[in-house]
Amino acid sequence: MAYDKFKILNSTVVPMPIENVDTDQIIPARFLKATERKGFGDNLFRDWRYDSNNLPIKDFVLNNKNYSGKILVGGKNFGSGSSREHAAWAIYDYGFRCVISSFFADIFRNNCMNIGVLPVQVKPEFLENIFEEVNKDPQAEILVNLPDQFVEIKSTGNRSKFEINEYKKENLLNGFDDIDYLINIKSEIINFSKSTPL
Amino acid sequence: MKKTLFDKVWDSHVVRSLKNGPDVLFIDRHMVHEVTSPVAFLGLKKRNIKVLFPERTFATADHNTPTIDQHLPVKDKLSHNQLQALEKNSKDHQIPFWGLGHEKNGIVHVIGPEYGITLPGATIVCGDSHTSTHGAFGSIAFGIGTSEVEMVLSTQCIMQTKPKKMRININGSLSIGVTPKDVALYIISKMTTSGATGHFVEYSGNIFTQMSMEGRMTVCNLSIEMGARGGMIAPDEKTFNYIKGREFAPKGKNWVDAMKFWKTLSTDKGAEFDKEFYFDGSEIEPMITYGTNPGMGMGISGGIPLCNDSNGGGESFRKSLNYMKYSEGDHMIGKKIDYVFLGSCTNGRIEDFRAFSKIVKGRKKSDNVTAWLVPGSHKVEKAIKDEGILEILNDAGFELREPGCSACLAMNDDKIPPGKYAVSTSNRNFEGRQGPGSRTILASPLVAAAAAVTGKISDPRKFL
Ligand code: SF4
Repeated sequence: MAYDKFKILNSTVVPMPIENVDTDQIIPARFLKATERKGFGDNLFRDWRYDSNNLPIKDFVLNNKNYSGKILVGGKNFGSGSSREHAAWAIYDYGFRCVISSFFADIFRNNCMNIGVLPVQVKPEFLENIFEEVNKDPQAEILVNLPDQFVEIKSTGNRSKFEINEYKKENLLNGFDDIDYLINIKSEIINFSKSTPL
Repeated sequence: MKKTLFDKVWDSHVVRSLKNGPDVLFIDRHMVHEVTSPVAFLGLKKRNIKVLFPERTFATADHNTPTIDQHLPVKDKLSHNQLQALEKNSKDHQIPFWGLGHEKNGIVHVIGPEYGITLPGATIVCGDSHTSTHGAFGSIAFGIGTSEVEMVLSTQCIMQTKPKKMRININGSLSIGVTPKDVALYIISKMTTSGATGHFVEYSGNIFTQMSMEGRMTVCNLSIEMGARGGMIAPDEKTFNYIKGREFAPKGKNWVDAMKFWKTLSTDKGAEFDKEFYFDGSEIEPMITYGTNPGMGMGISGGIPLCNDSNGGGESFRKSLNYMKYSEGDHMIGKKIDYVFLGSCTNGRIEDFRAFSKIVKGRKKSDNVTAWLVPGSHKVEKAIKDEGILEILNDAGFELREPGCSACLAMNDDKIPPGKYAVSTSNRNFEGRQGPGSRTILASPLVAAAAAVTGKISDPRKFL
């Protein structure tokens, strides 16, 4: 289904300088039982956010009132592990529209783009700069500009370009999804299917 | 142009290529399970469309199913709902459905090959990252998200940019006690969990040609744990013999035609890869993991590396050891364990049960160990009984459960309790993967068996 359009996002960020954040942390398997795409944000990072008595774990960043915003900034190799799109849904449902990291796992990156969350990959040094800046000032804002493909740390003016393939970019800018595209070429697909041996 | 195995299969499935964008890739076979499909089916409903090719789609229930008393109604309400949703969706769209209690039921990646759904040269997807398993047959197989499940249901295609190509070559000979699982854990420990991200891997060398189909499945299954989109092995006589006669495999003239095509499926001499790695098979020991990602593995006789030696991830490494309550430099041999899990799409096939029983035969399960032995499918379960393995297991104090994913992802009741150590033959040792607070040690069925009879991490070579 079509989703929100993504153009320019200006927001404070939630920093999570941890490497290899896997999808089992983003949303543990026991919360994958829904048959609708609803309420996943409540269980985002469930086991890092709440202890076994369901009490908030104080030093986890989502429980720290100083940090909020529509951008999640994670360490290297973010989103590794399972293909569960629920991980991207949880991030979206919690209120994030963009995840910045120095490296993403493939399936997670695809899943994000398919639901309108923008994964932005920056150089490790730039990621460090963001963490440092937010450490100094939790209210530091980051600007994500999709049309011109750059991220900017507002307080310093420090900018970094990012890559995205043109087709996906168009989709995100317009809120289109792949299925719309594929349905339009259905007869071509059906023709093609006749040539496959199976 | 010289082509790799991967090129040959990918290129023959491209419906069209978008300029500066992804390829529209035709999918031959789509496996569906209860957890990642309901929202996709809802999407179809909203768009008011039907599954385009139900005959290319197969549904099974495995992720959240119980592994005891499967004949009774599923107690957990949410799981029950998901199972019912899949049953209804399959019916509405005329998809073959092998639900709980069906003789063909089992873990999606175990039953695909068992029934000849998995074929060389095919493109296969499923909403589960270990779909890479099917690459053992020379197919392109990978995990997809729910939006993509919806795409495939509605158009039999997905849109993806062609990944880069990597080849991992291993030659030499494996020493005693070294299984395909050890080969895979060894590769991941060298490559790290992100070393193959963006790539599709071909495994090559005599280590893989000599491996059984089950072993190849174990290796391809774990490709995703180094970040790869998938892994594949060129089909050979062993592959063809395995497939021949299976229910959904081609028959008669179709078989002859298929064989002609399948025999072309190998990498041309001189074809180029973006990256290539070489390892020596004789250097591999039985492996064990000590941390919270599958890349944190080592030979079982070794010591846990020092935090400062860990490549760039000092803090994350420390956090991981802290979760496991292990210290740098510790030896794993002799560490006490509480649970043993034999099963999953990584090591839940008949060969794995044969290996496990080899060690427990004539021995007894350690009293302090709870063991969950979960076959990957009813077919595996039947073979365990037919081959007399069940008797060996029972005599040694083990029981067999019913098929399913079970403690691999602990969505059902098979959860390792907080703080407990489990030696698992599955594929992920992430924090809480096997239940909140659980601590997972990944290993082969042989290492699991040695741990089950001694109650601690033990070198399986002493028992062979
Ligand atoms: S056994 Fe584990 S990895 Fe395999 S399909 Fe089931 S949940 Fe996924």
